[in-house]
Amino acid sequence: MSSLTTPSTEHAPVVPPSKPSAGGIVSFLGGRLRQIGIFIALIAIVILFQALTGGTLLTPRNVTSIINQNAYVLILAIGMVMIIIAGHIDLSVGSVVAFVGAMSGIFIVQWGWPWWLGVLAAVAVGGLIGAWQGFWVAYVGIPAFIVTLAGMLTFRGLTQIVLHNVPITPFPAQYVAIGSGFLPDLTGGRSTFEVLTLILGFAAALGLTTQEVRERAKRVKLGLEDEPMSWFVSKVIFTAVFILAITFVLASYRGTPIVLVILAVLILVYTAVMNQFVFGRHIYARGGNLHAAQLSGVDTKRVDFALFVNMGVLAGIAGIAFTARSNSALPGAGTGFELDAIAAVFIGGAAVTGGVGTVTGAIIGGLIMGVLNNGMSLLGLGSEVQSFIKGFVLLLAVAFDIFNKRRAANATK
Amino acid sequence: MADHILERVNITKTFPGVKALTDVTLTVERGEVHAICGENGAGKSTLMKVLSGVYPHGTYEGDILFEGAPVSFSGIRDSEKSGIVIIHQELALSPFLSIAENIFLGNEQQRGGKIDWNATNLRAADLLAQVGLAESPVTKITDIGVGKQQLVEIAKALSKDVKLLILDEPTAALNDEDSAHLLGLINGLRDRGITSIIISHKLNEIKAIADRVTVIRDGRTIETLDLDADDISEERIIRGMVGRDLESRFPERSVSIGDEVLRIEDWTVHHPLEHSRLVVDGANLSVRAGEVVGIAGLMGAGRTELAMSVFGRSYGHNISGNLYKNGQPIQAKTVRQAISHGIAYATEDRKRYGLNLLDDIKRNISGSALGKLSSWGHVDANREQVVANGFRKSMRIKAPNVAAITGKLSGGNQQKVVLSKWMFADPDVLILDEPTRGIDVGAKYEIYTIINEMAAQGKAIIVISSELPELLGICDRIYALSAGRITGEVDVHEAHPEKLMQYMTQEKE
Repeated sequence: MSSLTTPSTEHAPVVPPSKPSAGGIVSFLGGRLRQIGIFIALIAIVILFQALTGGTLLTPRNVTSIINQNAYVLILAIGMVMIIIAGHIDLSVGSVVAFVGAMSGIFIVQWGWPWWLGVLAAVAVGGLIGAWQGFWVAYVGIPAFIVTLAGMLTFRGLTQIVLHNVPITPFPAQYVAIGSGFLPDLTGGRSTFEVLTLILGFAAALGLTTQEVRERAKRVKLGLEDEPMSWFVSKVIFTAVFILAITFVLASYRGTPIVLVILAVLILVYTAVMNQFVFGRHIYARGGNLHAAQLSGVDTKRVDFALFVNMGVLAGIAGIAFTARSNSALPGAGTGFELDAIAAVFIGGAAVTGGVGTVTGAIIGGLIMGVLNNGMSLLGLGSEVQSFIKGFVLLLAVAFDIFNKRRAANATK
Repeated sequence: MADHILERVNITKTFPGVKALTDVTLTVERGEVHAICGENGAGKSTLMKVLSGVYPHGTYEGDILFEGAPVSFSGIRDSEKSGIVIIHQELALSPFLSIAENIFLGNEQQRGGKIDWNATNLRAADLLAQVGLAESPVTKITDIGVGKQQLVEIAKALSKDVKLLILDEPTAALNDEDSAHLLGLINGLRDRGITSIIISHKLNEIKAIADRVTVIRDGRTIETLDLDADDISEERIIRGMVGRDLESRFPERSVSIGDEVLRIEDWTVHHPLEHSRLVVDGANLSVRAGEVVGIAGLMGAGRTELAMSVFGRSYGHNISGNLYKNGQPIQAKTVRQAISHGIAYATEDRKRYGLNLLDDIKRNISGSALGKLSSWGHVDANREQVVANGFRKSMRIKAPNVAAITGKLSGGNQQKVVLSKWMFADPDVLILDEPTRGIDVGAKYEIYTIINEMAAQGKAIIVISSELPELLGICDRIYALSAGRITGEVDVHEAHPEKLMQYMTQEKE
C-alpha cells in the first residue's frame, strides 16, 4: 500500500483481471477460521468430558438429556443472535419465558382450553410482548438495554401476579410431551434401535447431502463455485456422519425428543432467513452500519420492530418447552436464561457492536455451555464452580476473537 | 531580523495510497497572525495536525523548528507542554461538564488527586474575563452557544500558557457577531505576544486580521504573501488557491444532453438541531439527461445538506420546496420513495454512510436494490454473485473475489463498490458527493471514466466537489453554493476558477 504509482494522464491504469482464488483449501479456510475454530472447541470439550467422566457423557441416555436440558436456551439463542447482530440486546427473555409458561398454565389448566389452543395463544402472548418492547425500541427510540431491562422486571412481576406466586400443575400429557416426550416408537420398544428415529436420521442426512450437491452443481454451472472440492466433500461427509451418529445414539435410547424436532426446524428456518432472505440481509445491514442501511432505503425501524416480535415468539416457544419439561408453570422459571442465551451468542462469534454473527455459531456456543454444564454436573462439581468456569470460557472466547481481529488488521497493514 | 517562532523544512506526510503533503514549508514570525489558505483537501488540516503532534513524530518526514530548536512531539500533550495548542474545527468540549471543568480537563487544579474547586473556578473566571466571556464558570457547556464554546476553547488554550495558537476554521460555525468578537480576541492575543495560525476560507476575515498568508495547494506550499507590505487583493489569494494549470487529468467525453430529468425549486432546509438556522436557502437547480452538473461550495456551504435533504429527506428539518421529475411534481419523503423515483445519492463519507464495512462486496452492491434479486423475500444468492462479478469486472474493483470484506479495500475500491451499488439500483439521477475524496490520482481517473460512462447512458448526474479543477474537468454546468444559497450558475466553457471562487466566497449582503 505504501508505494505510489505515478498516474498516467493519458490512459486509465490497466488492471490485470484477477484470477479466481485458486489458493486451495488453506486460503479458503482462512476466512472461515472462526466458525471452524468454535466447532473444534466444542469437539475438544466433548472429548475432554467424555474422558473425564469415563464415557458417561456420550451415553444415549445422557445425550438425550443434554438435548432436553438445553433446547430452550438454544431456541432463545436463535432469537438473541438476530437481536445482537442488529446491534441490540434483550434482557427480558427469561421473564418472558416465565410469563408465557404461566399464561399457558392459565389457559390450559385453569380455563380448560385444549392444549394446542393454549400453546398457540401463549406463544401469541410472547409475540405481543415482543411487539410492546419493539414499539419502544424502534419507534420511541429508547435503547433496547433499557426497554428490556424494564421488561425483565415487568414480566417477572406479572408472572408472579397472575400465578399468585403459586405454581400451576399438572399439565395434560400432550403438553408435557413437548418438553420431555419422544416421537412414537413404531415397533413398541422391541427393537434395539428405535425405527422412526433411524428413518428420520437417514432422511435428514440424505436430504442435506442431495441439497448440497444440487446447490454446488448449480453454482458450478454458473461459474461461481470457489469452494475447493476436497473441502466440499469432507464437509458433506462430516455433516452426514455427524447426523447419523446422533441418530444411532438417540435410537438406542428412547428415540427422537420432540423438542429436538422443534429445535431442528427452527435452526433450518432461521439459518435460511439470515442467509437467504431479505429480512436477514436487512438485519446484518442495520447492525453493520445503521446510516448506510437507512441511506440504502432499508426501513430500519420496521426491522427493529420485527426483530423484537420475533424474539418474543421464540421466547414464547422456549417458555412452552421449559414449562412442559417441568410439567408446571413456576413463578421463578427462566431466571438467568437471558444471560445463558447472550453468552451462547458471544461464544458463537457475534460482535458486541453488531453486524457479525451466525445462527449456527450461536447454537454451537450454546452447546459448548450445555456440555460444560452437563459434564461438570456429572463430575459432581457444584454450581459455584460451574459458574466460575463458564464465566472464564465466555471471556476467553471473546478475547480470542479480539486477538484474531487485531492480528488480521495488522496483517493487512 | 525577523524572529521566527516556527520554521519548518520539507514536511511530507503520506497516508496509505495518498500523499497528503509534499515538501511543505512554513515560516511563522513571533507575534503575528498567520493565515493558511487553500481549497478543501489541500492539506491545511493535515499540516496543522503534524505541527500540533496529533500525527506524532515518525509518522511524517521532515523537521520542525520551534523557537529555533528542532522538536519531535510524540503526541498532543507533548506539543502543549512546548506551548503549541490547536483548536479543532469540531470543538472538543465535554457537553455535560462545566466551563471550568472543561478548561482544566486533563490539567486539573488539584492537590494529591483532590480537586481544588475554589482554585478551579477562580482561575477559570479570570480566564473567561480575558477572553471576554460573561458566563459563570459553573455553567454547563451544553447551555451555551457555539460562539461562546469557541471562546471557552481559547480560554482553555490560555490556561496552558500558549505561545502558538492554531485555529482550524474558527468562524465556520459562528454568526457574524460572534465571528467579529472572536477575531477581535485574536487581535488582542497578538498584542499580548501570542502567535496565531488561523485556517480560514473567509478571505475578508483573513484580510482583516492576518499579517501574512500562506497558500497551500495539492499538499504543497505555493506562496507566502505579506498582507501589510504588498497590497494583496482577495482575487490575488484566490489565484494562488486554485492555480492556473488544468492538467489533462480528465478523460475525454462526448456530450449528448437530453431533456430535463430533475428540477429542484425553492429548496429550503433548516438545521436538524438548531431549527431556526437555515442550511439551504431557496435553492433552484436542474439537471438534464446525459448531463453532468457540478455543485461547488466551500465547507459548510450546505452542499451535502442540499443533496441529502433531496434524497428522501435524510437530512434536515422543516424542509420546503418542490421536486420535479421529468416535469412532473414528485414526493420523496423517505429514502425508499426517492429510490423508487430513480434518485440515488452516493455519500461523501462512504465509511460512515455508504458501506457496511463488515460485509462483503456482493452484499454491499445488492444492498440498495435487493428487491431485484428476490422473490417472496428470498434472495437469489447465485444471481447476486453473478451481478457482483459483473460489476467487479466492469468497474475494475481490485479484490480477489466479491466475497472480500469491503472494510479491507482501499478507498478507491470502496468508492467503486458504492458506485456499483447505486448503478445496480439503476437510477435516472445520480448525486455523487465528493466521489474522489481520499482517492489517489490513478483511481480518480477511473472514477471520472465511470461518471462519463453513466452520463453516456443518459443518466443525469450531479457531482458535488471541493476541487474546482475536478468540477471544471468533468462537468457541463456548475452551480456555486455559498451559505446555503445558489450564488452563481456557469456553463463550463465560460467557467473560470477565480470567478467560481468568488461566487463560493460570496457573503450575504
